[in-house]
Order: sequence, then C-alpha cells, then structure tokens
Amino acid sequence: MSVSALGAGLGLKPEHYEAAHDCAAPGLWFEVHPENYMLGGGPRLAWLDAIGERHPLSLHGVSLSLAADCPPDEAHLQRLRMLAERVQPALVSEHLAWSAWRGQYNPDLLPFPRTGGALNRIVDNVQRTQERLGRQIAVENPSHYLCLDGHEWDEIEFLAELSRRSGCGLLLDVNNVHVSAHNLGFDAAAYIDGFPAEALLEVHLAGHRQDSSEHSGLLIDSHDAPIADAVWSLYERLIERIGPRPTLIERDDQLPTFAELLVERDHAQRLLERRRRHDALAC
Amino acid sequence: MTRSLAEFQDGLIEALWASEPMATNSTAVAPPADWLARLIAQPGFAVYRNTVMKGCVDALRANFPTVERLVGADWMSATACVFAQQCPPTQPQLISYGDGFAEFLQRFEPARDLPYLAEIARLDRLWLEAFAAAEEPRLELRTLSSMTPIQLAELHLRPHAAARWHWSVLPAFSLWRCNREGIDVPDPLLWQGEGTLLCRRENRVVWQPLSVGGCAFLDACADGHTLASASDLALEAQPALDFNSLLAGLFAARVFAID
Repeated sequence: MSVSALGAGLGLKPEHYEAAHDCAAPGLWFEVHPENYMLGGGPRLAWLDAIGERHPLSLHGVSLSLAADCPPDEAHLQRLRMLAERVQPALVSEHLAWSAWRGQYNPDLLPFPRTGGALNRIVDNVQRTQERLGRQIAVENPSHYLCLDGHEWDEIEFLAELSRRSGCGLLLDVNNVHVSAHNLGFDAAAYIDGFPAEALLEVHLAGHRQDSSEHSGLLIDSHDAPIADAVWSLYERLIERIGPRPTLIERDDQLPTFAELLVERDHAQRLLERRRRHDALAC
Repeated sequence: MTRSLAEFQDGLIEALWASEPMATNSTAVAPPADWLARLIAQPGFAVYRNTVMKGCVDALRANFPTVERLVGADWMSATACVFAQQCPPTQPQLISYGDGFAEFLQRFEPARDLPYLAEIARLDRLWLEAFAAAEEPRLELRTLSSMTPIQLAELHLRPHAAARWHWSVLPAFSLWRCNREGIDVPDPLLWQGEGTLLCRRENRVVWQPLSVGGCAFLDACADGHTLASASDLALEAQPALDFNSLLAGLFAARVFAID
C-alpha cells in the first residue's frame, strides 16, 4: 500500500471493529497501538487481520521508549517485527519520548532534555529499530507540560537532525503543538510553519481539554473530545503549505459512535481533497 | 552541571512513583535534587504523575472487570493504585498487567471481608489468558474412535493453548459467572467448592462449570500423564466421577489440541 493513497484515517477502537470493517469511505485507513495486538491469537488479532484486508493499517507504538538512555528492548522489537510482518502496515511510528526504563514500564510519554547526548542515543535507537523492522519509521512530537532545564536543541531542529541522521520520517501531531504551545508559551503557528515538510509522513489530529484537577491553566492532550477549531486552523495552515499528508484522528476516551467519528474524519478528508485539487489545477 | 540522560530518567521515575508527592521544602532524609525540585514544583509534573497512575489503574480495571463489578469503580480504582505502587508494570502489553493481583487481594487487609475476591481475580486473569492465547488446531473426539484400547490408554491428551481451568474451594464459578454476565447470584448460594473451565470457541471465550475430577484430569493431562494415568488421578480426586461423560464434555468444549 502506497502511503500517498492514504487520506484521512481513524484510530481503531474495539468498540468499532465491525463498523470499521464494513465502512467503505474513500481514503479511510486505521491506526492501532501495536502493544494491544502483541498476542498469540484470539479475536482481537482476528479483527485486525479482517480489517487489514479491507483497509490500510498503521502501527503507532507508545512503548519503544526511543528517548530512554538504553537500547530498545530486543524482545519488544521482535514482537513489533512479527506484528508488522503479519499486518503489513502502510506506516509505523513512535514518539520522541520514553516510557520503559530499567525493567519498568511507565504508561506515559515522558519528556527529556534535548541535549546532544540524547540526540546521539535516539539516533542509535531509531536506527536499531529501523534495522530490526527492515523499514523506515516516523517519530512524533509529544505534548509537553513541563519546562525542563538543559535543552540544547529546539524541538523542530532536534527532529530534523534526527531524521537527517537516522533516515526516519516524522509524524506531526498538530494537537500536541497546540497543547504544548499553550503550556510552554510558544507560538504554535510558527512551529507549524517551521516543521520540516520533506520528512513529514503523517499528521495526527485529536481533541484536548483544560486540566480540571487543579487551577493549573494547562491543556491536556486527552483524546476525549472533538478536535478544537484552533487545531483545525493549524492543520489547514499546515497542508496549505506542504500539501496533503496521511492524516489520523485519535480518539481514546468519551468514545462516540463510529458514525460520529466518521463525520470528523470526513472533514479532514475534504480538506485533503481540496488541497489535492488545488495541486492538480496548479499543474 | 550537565546531567546524563540516565540520571535525568532515574530522578524523574523516582519522583513520579514516590508514594507521596515529593515536597520541595521537605526535611526528609533525601530531598530531591534542585533540578528535580524545580520540575516537581511545576503544575505540569502532576499531569505526568497522574497519567502514569491512570494508565496502570485503567489497565487493571480493564483486566479485572468482574472484580470491579463486585466492589464498585471507586474501591477498585483505590485498590488498583495501591497495587500499582507496589507492582508497577514491567511490560508495555498492559493486557498482561496484574499477574499478581489475585495474590495481592488475598493479603489485602481491606478485602478481608471478601474472601472470594482473589478467586474472582484469578478467573478474570484466566479469561484474559484464554482470550489472548495462540491459535492451534483442535483434537476431535472422532480421532480417538479408531484407536485400540492400548493406544487409548497410552494417549497423551494435550490441553489447547486457549483452555484454562481452576478448582476453587469456594463457589467461585457461580460468583464469577453471574457477575461477568450481569445476572443475579443464586439465592441462597450453596457455599461449596466449584471448578471453572474457560476455552475459546469461534473466537469467543466461553465458560462452563467443571468438576473437581475434571480439574484434576486436565491438570494431569497438562503435566504429561497418559490418558490411563490422568483418568486414575481424576477418579482419585472424585471417586464418583462419570469419566466417560467428563471426557465427552471436554471434547464437546474443544479443550484439547492436536499433539
């Protein structure tokens, strides 16, 4: 499956297996966390196989822990390779973050100071991953909640250099940019405008919410709401500049019906098609 | 001073998993380093701390739905927090998280009045194992029909990868099944030992009661005993067992794999 054939896709949820399987919307594709499908067998894998026969799939990992100061777990890489061989995904991606550390798995995407040392480590980890999988992966910008001491690199420059040195692609999560820009106080539009287009393989869109636990003023990348207007605006700004890219809508909590999610997905699909028509007219 | 990536990660993990949020002005034996104190003081630190804990709690709630139905979401979430502090996940496949949850519940003081809770957790766990087990071809009863009595006696029946069974001295099957299916527990409930058989049919996990002799028989088969020896052990565990009927029931449940 050529990546250029991918339009707007949806994160695949078990509650939607049947509707996802049966849906014939043009450009539709699905993304899953491979960790949920690293099983010996059973109904979950059977659904993934069945949906994969009708729609392109993408594996979006959350636990490779590329930014940990150690190589990725070989057993985990092996499981990822086996799953990738089974479902033949159009895209494989991970995060610029860490989670597994010293034999413990911390279910989050944790931050780190973007130093030269960290860059060397992550280049090695991405290269090792790509060698084991025999393919390129895309690395995603995470959402941020903390001001860290000791950054030597700007995030965009760090990702661009990581891509240049490891050969990886990039995944731009527009909602993460909006959330992080609010939380850390930078200009989201400038980030979108500065993101390296040539390495960009996939775009993520999702909903967020205000942090309700304290009066922190933070935005949380919660994936539990429709995509905010501000994020749609950033997305339009992005594809206006760089052209269409496979775009994925993530929804993990407060899950609506498949039909409701599809309405949101169709909006992204229309924006992509409008941009494609624009390119065609310009030729 | 430049910290290595590893030092940063060790510090952040210690702070994220501290049983009480680390106080920046604490007089504790080892207050956090200045750089870590500056992180902990930011409101964003709680976001990571809460997300890590929520990830563990959500996984345990998903993996032990029958326990949650019995105790309620609040009790389950609070208990899952205590468990996660003691036993953080070691694997990113969170479907396998909670390996020791049943044993934890058995010694968990607030669960002392619910002596069956650990057994319910065991059955939820076995359900997950049956759900996620590898595919393999089933052994059909008709395969046995062409065998001589001597061949049958020496036959090794191997339980299928997706077959799970458990004998409990409590009425664990009734309690688990009723709560899993969302139906009322029989009243009065006969307070006696019960066995449970879980297996996968047509890609669904299904369950049924299993006698003490049936559990002993499957234990023996899994341990590599011959059919003759395993049936002896089953009859030892349950002298009144109707063995032919048990064997027919196990084949109907498609419990055995082709060896």
